[in-house]
Amino acid sequence: MISIFPSLLNGTVITFKLLISSMFFGLLIGLFFAILRINNNPLINKFAYGYSYFFRGTPLLVQLYLIYYGLANIEFLRNSFLWVVIREPYWCAIIAFSLNTGAYTSEILRSAFQTIKEGYIEAAQSLGVSKKITFYKIQIPIAIKQSLPAYGNEIILMLKGTSLASVITIMDLMGEARKVNVLTFKPFEAFITAGIIYLFLTFIIHNIVKYLEKKYGFQT
Amino acid sequence: MELLSFGDTGWGDELFLATLMTIAVSIAAMAIGFVFALIFTPLKLSKNKTLNLIGNCYTTIIRGVPELLVIYLLFFGGTGAVMYVASIFGYDGYIEINAFITGALAIGIISGAYSTEVFRGAILSIDKGQFEASQVLGIKKSIQFYKVILPQMLRLSIPNLSNVWQITLKDTSLISVTGLVEIMRQSYIAAGSTRDPLFFYSVAAVLYLVLTFLSMKIINKLEIRFNKGY
Repeated sequence: MISIFPSLLNGTVITFKLLISSMFFGLLIGLFFAILRINNNPLINKFAYGYSYFFRGTPLLVQLYLIYYGLANIEFLRNSFLWVVIREPYWCAIIAFSLNTGAYTSEILRSAFQTIKEGYIEAAQSLGVSKKITFYKIQIPIAIKQSLPAYGNEIILMLKGTSLASVITIMDLMGEARKVNVLTFKPFEAFITAGIIYLFLTFIIHNIVKYLEKKYGFQT
Repeated sequence: MELLSFGDTGWGDELFLATLMTIAVSIAAMAIGFVFALIFTPLKLSKNKTLNLIGNCYTTIIRGVPELLVIYLLFFGGTGAVMYVASIFGYDGYIEINAFITGALAIGIISGAYSTEVFRGAILSIDKGQFEASQVLGIKKSIQFYKVILPQMLRLSIPNLSNVWQITLKDTSLISVTGLVEIMRQSYIAAGSTRDPLFFYSVAAVLYLVLTFLSMKIINKLEIRFNKGY
């Protein structure tokens, strides 16, 4: 029982790295597409909607396979410098997870943008604040504050999503648990221990988000 | 397009059957989830601390661990557990549990946790007057639940249940790791034997999009129907 801990902890570190990098890129992608979504141009709007529709309507596993197996199939990409990135399962996983969580994040941020009270923007306008500064200094901070609870859920969903990395040979927590199961034929020990570690991570994330909500949360 | 033709040369019929399999597993999982939800919702709403704790443990644990973990645990652990029970009764051979059953059960347990939360929310949002009024009228507790609370609970939970359905539908793709031939597994096989993963995974993505789109349409119709009286 104790002997499986070191390998599972190694896996936890990988899981954590995957989570942090995909949440970081996902937030950037999500913010970008949320801004496109509130754009008035129907073409840009449709494009952003299509992006989020595709990534929210298909399973993460399909997206992961498309990027890991599918992109390697394109001759053009294989000969380009991008091959260095997409031949590594680790980077493929991060690309897939970032695009996936980016789609969900864009929806969260969009609804936050749209629920900002008109009064704030009008007040900024009447004070003569330029549109650009209103957007960066008023709309974005409020949107981020308002979307904290939903975003907390998204982080937890993504933590669970990172377990899929194990199917493309990455030895994250799930991958290590699978290896332990194969080596020892003790599925209960392996998977329940991994489950406890996942629960522990969920618990920590939940509490950090709760703390942030209390500290920076937006009271309406 | 040749790859998608029906018959021996193409993968069209295989993928079509796989799509039916995905739908079947999703519906089975959703139904199993309802059973779990109907057991655990009363526990979560119960005033008894122990029962409450059991209900909370179920939803917290299932929603806190990866779906893949539940599937692996049932798939690898389930076989062992069944064989252990069989060995007590004197049967020592290898028993393999059907992949459909383990898959549907695993996804069902997961979707049950989400459905429980949905039902709980719906019951809590039913007006207190409804409970009081039926009590005043002398309606028995069991009949009160079936005739007064349940219909309202279902109506209130349809929008959120549609989310649960979408999650369940997408989660079924994970069962492919156990070898059940649904959309994901069939695309994997097709991609492997034709060496054209990009095409077949794109087809899989489109199939899932079609399924989510169609189910949204159907659920919207249902919603309008259930809201008729309001």
